[in-house]
Amino acid sequence: MLDEMSIELPVTPEAIAKLELGSVVYLNGIVYTAREGVYDKILVKGDQLPAGLTRSSNVNFHCSPAAAPVENGGYHIGGVTATASFRFSKYLSEWLDLTNTKIIIGKGGMPVDDYKNILAPRGAVYLTTVGYGTGALLGRGVEAVEAVHWLDELGIAQAMWMFRVKDFGPFLVDSDLQGNSLFAQQGELVNKKIEGLYDGLKKPALHRYGETDDRKDELM
Amino acid sequence: MISNSIIEQASYEIMKQAAIDIPDDYLNGIKSVAEKESEELSGFVIKTMVSNYEAASGDRRPMCADTGLPRYYVKVGDKAKFDGGFTGIERAMRSATARATRDVPLRPNRVHPLWRTEHNNNVGINSPEVEWSFEPDADWIDITTVHKGGLFGTDYRMLFPGDGVDGIKRFLLDTLISFGKRGLCCQPAIIGVGIGGSKDTCMQLGKQAACLRIVGDRNPDSGIADLELELMDIANGIGMGPMGFVGSSMAVDLHIEVGHTHTGGMPVSVHTFCLSSRRATARINGDGSIEYRTDPRWFTPYHRRETVQWEGA
Repeated sequence: MLDEMSIELPVTPEAIAKLELGSVVYLNGIVYTAREGVYDKILVKGDQLPAGLTRSSNVNFHCSPAAAPVENGGYHIGGVTATASFRFSKYLSEWLDLTNTKIIIGKGGMPVDDYKNILAPRGAVYLTTVGYGTGALLGRGVEAVEAVHWLDELGIAQAMWMFRVKDFGPFLVDSDLQGNSLFAQQGELVNKKIEGLYDGLKKPALHRYGETDDRKDELM
Repeated sequence: MISNSIIEQASYEIMKQAAIDIPDDYLNGIKSVAEKESEELSGFVIKTMVSNYEAASGDRRPMCADTGLPRYYVKVGDKAKFDGGFTGIERAMRSATARATRDVPLRPNRVHPLWRTEHNNNVGINSPEVEWSFEPDADWIDITTVHKGGLFGTDYRMLFPGDGVDGIKRFLLDTLISFGKRGLCCQPAIIGVGIGGSKDTCMQLGKQAACLRIVGDRNPDSGIADLELELMDIANGIGMGPMGFVGSSMAVDLHIEVGHTHTGGMPVSVHTFCLSSRRATARINGDGSIEYRTDPRWFTPYHRRETVQWEGA
């Protein structure tokens, strides 16, 4: 059985330190969504963070919810699914410094160098969503929309949503404070077998760039 | 006579069902994959996905918040009578897409590729796609919707007859390994392989093989059926499970569809229909009654006909 734990948010340094690769985590408290739209607005254009953000939440979810406004003025949150995080590397060091964020949640993790150079030195870790299609389970964990910022300007997918969550998960711990990565470890194990898979299969007559990276080569 | 409003209603209903309810064949397929999975992390992911399907059906919420690219496949019987014409059917399916986007809700995914503008309803230029086919001796219209992700897991390659089955196997491995790492193609998946046709039909056939045939279905050509099973073993022998973790769960099933192709070529495409394999079908009978199911029954003997005449003609 994988270890399972529940974390109260905002997360404390002690709770972060206890997280081990491959543990299953559920969250209680407030998480906020931010991806390229928000990062560009704050870090590139220089706009201000919403007041109180850094006090109420230190968990950044790379996510676009299936949300629709309802008549009494709130929002109906259906499914909640993460988006692939590797695209956001370039923003992260500045973002973590500015917001004091300690947990990043997303799809598929980030390169192990980002964990070693950006997250771990700032006391932050990465949690990955599970299987990636767990939209209904995560949607269930959203108790309320506390606030939504820049909805008109950025649209549903890119706005900053503040979710109050309960038993929100499951997530798997992908990185720890030493900068280790579960995805990287698993990938190395898978890689050991890969070359053997091609044994005895002859190569196609016409090659492609990628099989050679020299654009001066012919492909036949 | 089938009224246009019935077509809209049926299209709306299958949009909802596809988004929320995992098809039984896929659910049973993933349970049998799970039984063979001996790795703890991979097993945990599959178990979590099964509870996600239950939560989605129980709460009537989408199983995945990424709507993918919702689209339709329509099969019209030769004897079907409908009052809105073919453009009426297309208009009804656009209206159903917009209504379902608001009501389920589905995440509005469709944006202009260059200007990134949108109508917040999953409707736009060439969206939703509608693919048409026909069926002799029938008075019904079958409408299938598929919500499939659009970013990872698909590739195309022109191979040549001399590359043989080895070439197909290598290309399958290349595609699954490149998109299987970290689970970008959201495996275990129903894998579709298109072989032959022109380049565009090759892509189409592979996509339809993944999305429009149910788990356990075999191609009626016994040689192709054997190749389906052989390629599925190769996929599950990579050593990679869900999320790219060590495991044996890459393919829930593997389907091949073929088209006669250029005498000098053997184009191949590979597609992966993800952990949230979203498809639903409505049959609108000649009397206007609607029956819902999850098997699209797209590849009929007529659809796979090999020459001027076909089986049953």
